[in-house]
Amino acid sequence: MNYFWAFVVGGGLCVVGQLLIDLTAMTPARVLVGYVTAGVALSALGLYGPLVDFAGAGATVPLLGFGHLLAQGMAEAVAQDGLAGVLTGGFSAAAGGVAASLTAGFAAALLARSKDQN
Amino acid sequence: MKKISPAEYGRMARRASPASALGPNCLWAFFTGGSICLVGEVLSILWRSAGLEEETAALAVSASLIFLSALFTALGWYQKLARRAGAGTLVPITGFANAVVSPAIEFKCEGLVTGVAAKMFVIAGPVIVYGILASEVYGLLLWLSSLL
Repeated sequence: MNYFWAFVVGGGLCVVGQLLIDLTAMTPARVLVGYVTAGVALSALGLYGPLVDFAGAGATVPLLGFGHLLAQGMAEAVAQDGLAGVLTGGFSAAAGGVAASLTAGFAAALLARSKDQN
Repeated sequence: MKKISPAEYGRMARRASPASALGPNCLWAFFTGGSICLVGEVLSILWRSAGLEEETAALAVSASLIFLSALFTALGWYQKLARRAGAGTLVPITGFANAVVSPAIEFKCEGLVTGVAAKMFVIAGPVIVYGILASEVYGLLLWLSSLL
């Protein structure tokens, strides 16, 4: 059942993104920015945690989950360090994903040849 | 020459652009995005059965998906799928990785500093900026409410 709900919820969140692109003419970059920001907001309101418990990777893999991760890290940092945590919480939580992406990007750039995009 | 308002231009652009089929687009987004999340769920169970704790496993899942996305992007497969799958390949973390890896490869010809390193954050940069800003607002609210 885990697999089923991961598939359905993850797919559903992607359909929302597709509707935003097709109906509002939002650019992909804006959709990504919107998803992360919305993820922070939904998590702050306590709405995203339950969805993660329910759908697992279906909720954590879409970029809303990245926003949720940021919000969680922030809550932890502020609880521990107070005001200083406001400056460290977000990046601490994002560190793994961002470092993995830029490492993969750099390695790919060294190894791959740029191809004609068409 | 006649000046046209932004609204008018929007209408003209909509008329001139090919009609995208909303139904098929959404189906593609659903099945592709769902499949990527399903892979994430499988990876999560694999990493946890390999003995990783919840939080470490979550990071391992993200890192695995990012690595796979980088591989498929370097091979040129991710872009091919993305052309059909739209938001199905954009919204998952693999889409974020693709947004980093793709310009990194493409701008290799402009050098390692102003090419690869600068351009890899062309799309990911704004995502990080607004994500961090939003989390700071949340953190500030949490801190203020803790003072009360």
